[in-house]
Amino acid sequence: MPDTTSNSAAEMDPRSSIPPISLRRRITDHVMTGVAVLTVVLVLLPLFAIFAYLVYKGIGSINIAFLTQTPKPVGESGGGMANAIAGSMVILGIASLLGVPFGIGAGIFLSEYGRNRYGDIVRFVSDVLNGVPSIVVGIVAYGLVVVRQKHFSALAGGVALAIMMVPTIARTTEQMLLLVPQAIREAAYGLGVSRWRTTLSITLRTATSGVITGVMLAFARVAGETAPLLFTAFGNQYWNWKTDQPTAALSLQIFTYAISPFDEWHKQAWAGALVLIILIVGAVAAVRIAVRHGTLAGA
Amino acid sequence: MSNQALPRPRFNAPEPERGPSKQGSKAALKIEARTTPVLQGKVSEIPDIVFGWTMRLCGLAVVALLGLIVYQLAVGSQLSWHAFGWKFFGQSDWNPVEDQYGALPFVFGTIVSSLLSLVIAVPLSIGVAVFITEMCPVALRGALSFTTELLAAIPSVVYGLWAIFVLVPILREYVQPLLAKTLGWTGLFSGPPYGIGMLAAGTILAIMIIPIISSITREVLTVVPQHQREAVLALGATRWEMIRMGVLRNARAGIVGAIILGLGRALGETMAVTMVIGNRPEIAKSLFAPGYTMASVLANEFTEATGNLYLSALIEIGLALFFVTIVVNALARLMVWSVTRGQPARSMA
Amino acid sequence: MGVGITVEHLNAFYGKTQALFDVNITVLANHATALIGPSGCGKSTFIRCLNRMHETIPEARVDGKVRIGELSVYNGTSATQLRRRVGMVFQKPNPFPTMSIYDNVAAGLKLNGFHNRKQLEEIVHKSLQSAALWDEVKDHLHKKSGASLSGGQQQRLCIARALAVQPEVLLMDEPCSALDPISTGKIEELIFQLKEQYTIVIVTHNMQQAARVAEFTGFFLLGKMIEFDKTEKIFTNPSDKRTEDYVTGRFG
Repeated sequence: MPDTTSNSAAEMDPRSSIPPISLRRRITDHVMTGVAVLTVVLVLLPLFAIFAYLVYKGIGSINIAFLTQTPKPVGESGGGMANAIAGSMVILGIASLLGVPFGIGAGIFLSEYGRNRYGDIVRFVSDVLNGVPSIVVGIVAYGLVVVRQKHFSALAGGVALAIMMVPTIARTTEQMLLLVPQAIREAAYGLGVSRWRTTLSITLRTATSGVITGVMLAFARVAGETAPLLFTAFGNQYWNWKTDQPTAALSLQIFTYAISPFDEWHKQAWAGALVLIILIVGAVAAVRIAVRHGTLAGA
Repeated sequence: MSNQALPRPRFNAPEPERGPSKQGSKAALKIEARTTPVLQGKVSEIPDIVFGWTMRLCGLAVVALLGLIVYQLAVGSQLSWHAFGWKFFGQSDWNPVEDQYGALPFVFGTIVSSLLSLVIAVPLSIGVAVFITEMCPVALRGALSFTTELLAAIPSVVYGLWAIFVLVPILREYVQPLLAKTLGWTGLFSGPPYGIGMLAAGTILAIMIIPIISSITREVLTVVPQHQREAVLALGATRWEMIRMGVLRNARAGIVGAIILGLGRALGETMAVTMVIGNRPEIAKSLFAPGYTMASVLANEFTEATGNLYLSALIEIGLALFFVTIVVNALARLMVWSVTRGQPARSMA
Repeated sequence: MGVGITVEHLNAFYGKTQALFDVNITVLANHATALIGPSGCGKSTFIRCLNRMHETIPEARVDGKVRIGELSVYNGTSATQLRRRVGMVFQKPNPFPTMSIYDNVAAGLKLNGFHNRKQLEEIVHKSLQSAALWDEVKDHLHKKSGASLSGGQQQRLCIARALAVQPEVLLMDEPCSALDPISTGKIEELIFQLKEQYTIVIVTHNMQQAARVAEFTGFFLLGKMIEFDKTEKIFTNPSDKRTEDYVTGRFG
């Protein structure tokens, strides 16, 4: 240890020769932290504003009539979006029936049979499809279904939404299946279980909750879509249970009412938007709870 | 290592001890006698083969879907392509009455609204991402990221609804007059402040793409190894300097990728834009002016299109939109992948 | 009762890399045979060739003949069929996480189409008895999941699961390496008793375990089988110098 007297201590101490962090740099640091906080506030602001307005403007117009009646003609007050709510459910039902099996099948392909060049191609195309604008999907469904059938329908709407669901479900299913450890599959193979049985009853079964979550996310995403329905389901002011007629949908109704010049319809648009959000959130939550109840203690 | 000096040891201990360990089993193990197995019969290979091919078919269906989309768009736009060729995108005269179709105003509108949304969204998204990953107390991190991702769950039409009745009045009453007064000399903020117009479209688009830019940026920032941060800090940097030099610099490619992904999303966005952009096929310098985007004209005029050429022109716009978004998204994915090394980003949907 | 295994000129490949070179072994019925050797010597690859698990790895290939009893493993029998006669226990216990204890044991039967409830219950009971796990789990058969047991219990569960299918051969790939000494002791006791009914091949990197449990031992090195003989001889008077070097601890 160097011998230091109190006089030379300051000179010997190496730390004294490095200048402290300049004021400018310290101020910059604090300013940037402030800027970052500001961005967070600015981003959260519209989020809260939207939810606040939805509740504030929408809640007043949600009543039994709104949920059970069809729209009244312009000028009359009252009426509701019952047909739109029901129509949305029908369209989403069709979309799920078409999209979910293909999506999960493609996901199984990617994870169990697709760890190769062919799988890479499907994977790439899947990601590309995820980026296609929804209005373009609407055009395709129009050409596929509406032109052939010569009318708008819930089926056309369902096809459009199914096209959007398949790539999303395929990728999430693949990811969930890949999370299942190879050791689990090997245990099944070792018992003499055939490959298809292993894939369905063991691998898929183990990944069930994750796969369902993926399906729900895809569902929630398309539930709010409007553009693809504009020229497939087209919308309808009345009840329609026929398959050869245009069908109402909640998102379409909100759009039509929002751009209309009528105050009464504006109010109903807010109510409809609130109902839409509640339904989407509710559906996702319901599935989450159901999945959780189906698992065993300790699993 | 030569061991010749040492005698070759014999393996003596422990004696091959047969039988259960002395620790003692309490009762003799009751091993049941083997019986004939219950599983008899031949195992058929057929179900495996059928299943395998069914799954492969599903994979093929995905590729076929893309082919179908391209086919429908290509066939549908034939008429228009033959009539106008490349000039379709260079002309600005959109006149259904006289069957004259020039898509330039829509291309212009799409580009301007998307770029404007990026200008607003990028600083905000990066700021949020940096805050969550580098500055935020750990306890808040989950809640904050969840809330920003909540923004992504709101349907486009709901954004549009809010934009018409809340955002537009704010722009009209406060923001636009302010901009006109301070920056009006640029020519970008001139003309009557309707509220509805390019500025409104760019703003609502920005709000809609913030979640995706921010969440990809967050992933890209998290992937930067901790030792990079520590190395900069060890040199005596402030936290901001560490973020700038140790994190942002490393994640640059990924952040650009995130931005381009946001651009891809903005290009295809339809409903919210349609509701506030004014829907007038004009090219104007001012951001206050109404405009029209490729997606919006499709949304508004597709069902009203009388005549095959009209419809074909619209489908051609759809084809162009399709190609542009595909290229942009592919480019973005490449950049993000180069940073995260192929781990699929969770929030690509 | 049991069946023996004959292996002739077995070569195994992972893509272009060769992992096993001309292995020849005869495993006696109703005896326990241990395979020892340093890490990476091919003993795990070898045992996985016996029930064609080696094939589940992409680009894996096998050359040679293997017979289990009268069954030719690589010629004519489907892998699935073969694996019903040859059970396997893996290094890390791998019970099915979403299934109860009962369902885990019954899995090999249920998934292969056997659903007779009464018989299943009987078989599950007997298998868990044979695996020395019955007393510990008999009250929680349907309520607890397979994954909620301790490590040693999970491995015994996997043994019970393998036994439920009534195989003739039991292959064990380092079954105790992930377990604590007490669980290891229990499982070694088990193997000692099981070999009267089953033919057992056990891979182990623990030489004392081989000495305790197996009548015969094979020593692998770099993909070749160097020596195969009675366990006593391998450990007290091996013929090959490499074997001697390994068992005396000079390497590995």
